[in-house]
Amino acid sequence: MPFTDLVKEFETFAFKDYFEAVRPGDVQKTLDRVDARTPLGRQDLLTLLSPAAKNFMEVMAQKAQQITRQYFGRTIGLYAPLYISDFCSNHCTYCGFNTSTGFKRTQLSLEEIEREASAIFAMGIRHILVLTGEAPDKTPLSYLTAAMKILKKYFPSIGLEMFPMDEDAYAALTAAGADSLTVYQEVYDRKIYGEVHPRGRKADYEYRLLTPERGARAGFRAVNIGTLFGLGDPMGEAFIAGVHAKYLEQAFPHVEVSLSLPRMTKAAGGIAPKNLLSDKGFVQCMLAWRLFMPRLGITISTRESAPFRDRLVHLGATRFSAGSRTDVGGYVVHTQDTTVQFEVTDTRSVEAVTRMIQESGYQPVFKDWEMF
Amino acid sequence: MAEDVLILGNKRFSSRLFTGTGKFASKTLIAPMLAASGSQMITVALRRVDPTADQGNILAHIPETVTLLPNTSGARTADEAVRIARIARAAGCGDFIKIEVITDMQYLMPDNHETLKACRILAKEGFVVLPYVMPDITVTQQLYDAGAAAVMPLGSPIGSNRGLEMRAMIQRIIEVSKLPVVVDAGIGRPSQAAEAMEMGADAVLVNTAIATSEDPCLAGKAFSLAVMAGRMAFLASLAGTRKGATASSPLTGFLRE
Amino acid sequence: MRINLNGSPVETTSRSLSDLVAEQGLNPLSLIVEYNYEVVKQASWGEIHIKDNDTIELLNFVGGG
Ligand code: SF4
Repeated sequence: MPFTDLVKEFETFAFKDYFEAVRPGDVQKTLDRVDARTPLGRQDLLTLLSPAAKNFMEVMAQKAQQITRQYFGRTIGLYAPLYISDFCSNHCTYCGFNTSTGFKRTQLSLEEIEREASAIFAMGIRHILVLTGEAPDKTPLSYLTAAMKILKKYFPSIGLEMFPMDEDAYAALTAAGADSLTVYQEVYDRKIYGEVHPRGRKADYEYRLLTPERGARAGFRAVNIGTLFGLGDPMGEAFIAGVHAKYLEQAFPHVEVSLSLPRMTKAAGGIAPKNLLSDKGFVQCMLAWRLFMPRLGITISTRESAPFRDRLVHLGATRFSAGSRTDVGGYVVHTQDTTVQFEVTDTRSVEAVTRMIQESGYQPVFKDWEMF
Repeated sequence: MAEDVLILGNKRFSSRLFTGTGKFASKTLIAPMLAASGSQMITVALRRVDPTADQGNILAHIPETVTLLPNTSGARTADEAVRIARIARAAGCGDFIKIEVITDMQYLMPDNHETLKACRILAKEGFVVLPYVMPDITVTQQLYDAGAAAVMPLGSPIGSNRGLEMRAMIQRIIEVSKLPVVVDAGIGRPSQAAEAMEMGADAVLVNTAIATSEDPCLAGKAFSLAVMAGRMAFLASLAGTRKGATASSPLTGFLRE
Repeated sequence: MRINLNGSPVETTSRSLSDLVAEQGLNPLSLIVEYNYEVVKQASWGEIHIKDNDTIELLNFVGGG
């Protein structure tokens, strides 16, 4: 079944009623399945995301920690984002980069990209995530592939978080050195999706929904998806995101699938979040996903605060960004007067994050693989 | 590794392998088996004398350093179990008693209800009570309230050598029990003993598999090593089950809502 | 005199518990004697005089799990 059909199946699903009906005994049964090493089904994921599971958080945490250590060891991968262009023609109502916010747009030249790259490299980072807004005329494929060639000199692993492209464009980018693709659906709820993406290229829900699949087919070895918490009902969204991740894992065995948990924060021009996700809800999603998918990568950005991230090390996270700048050229090229996409809350240096990870009894991993 | 002892009554056990005296080809094998296995507690049974049988004293084959655990086998009611326990103590066997009340003569399954009744009486009389039960969470809690010193759920039917057929139930008992959990009956192979210990059992009781092996000394040693390996694995948190049941919240205690 | 010995009615001429043990041909070393539901120490066996209808159990420890 294509994933679009799977999503349709849940469009009429009464999440609220279902979640409310979950009893503690159901949670226990799911946890027993975890102990018995029985793979969890979708119903188990719903159970773990229910209010009833909130009373089992510590047990879930212990199990999640143990499973994460079993599959990933005591490691946390580190990466840093590199924003190369904030030109964007989209109208996402929640984003500070959207086309109607009046700030001066910036785009790095190839020479500037290299300067940023070498600064990030000097911080010790070897895994980079390259970001743009959606303005293909400003950032044509030729520009992007040229950027890859430069970055490849510095970074063994290059991830992309740009705009949805077709398979051929992705194939060109993987050939040029990109190896992982991040694309968030933002919100799986089709109605809300329509409301927050009123016009423009991004208004095409299904094209975006199938982007991870196109990427997987085009040769990315890792795909990172997620939902932007703050738009739809958090637990319903977390459920569909989990189902999406599982679908990708099963359909593309060669691809390493990860989930992120971006939570809305205040950003210039953005709307205020409606469905705030609490810290407890955040942790519950992480734990539920981990028990549902033992091999799932879980990426935590610097949107989250330092003390909170310190805790997440023990709760199933596998990858952290560190030393992040979320404005174009923010490392060395333009150190003032640029607009950030979101506020960095954990402002610690790569060194400080590294130290925290080590002190927590984990190993920071800068470079976890390299192609020959 | 720090000292790891199991305390029952006022005694400390560094060996978590309990053994039994049943079914040995010769009583003379018991002492060497105890020496080889390092077991510090062994069960004995009380019977009406049979004038036609060998009346050699089984207690003479058990070194004084080993704690005797008389059982109440043969009892079909709580009253009978209580009577056997009192006789055993009066006969100088010490305060330890394994309550075993069996009404199911087909599979020799213990009767939890009568066992609990006997436990209430004997614990009040100062016995160190180790009840042999069907794995059951409610009964485990009631035994704790009744003053038992441990709970001894069966792994599978007595003498069946089928291992941990009750795995899921025993797992739950290990998670919730406030009493030490001793897996009794059915453990037929050292690997099964190791598995029970890895799951977090506090000790295992093995009789038939050792007594009826070709070489009880070697078998006793094998079980003892398996029990140690399983225990170490548990302490090293391979299983992580006990941890999951702790009341405090080391990982999520920081979350409020 | 008729007593209840190990659950069966038995005719005996023994006057004391020591006599009874000897009459039954048992090795006293490992024997446990329960006289009317009370365990009697070996040193006192001679002092207990058997009466009609007494209930006596002669027990010993055997191998068992
Ligand atoms: S979320 Fe992305 S696509 Fe939408 S406005 Fe912001 S930068 Fe553009």
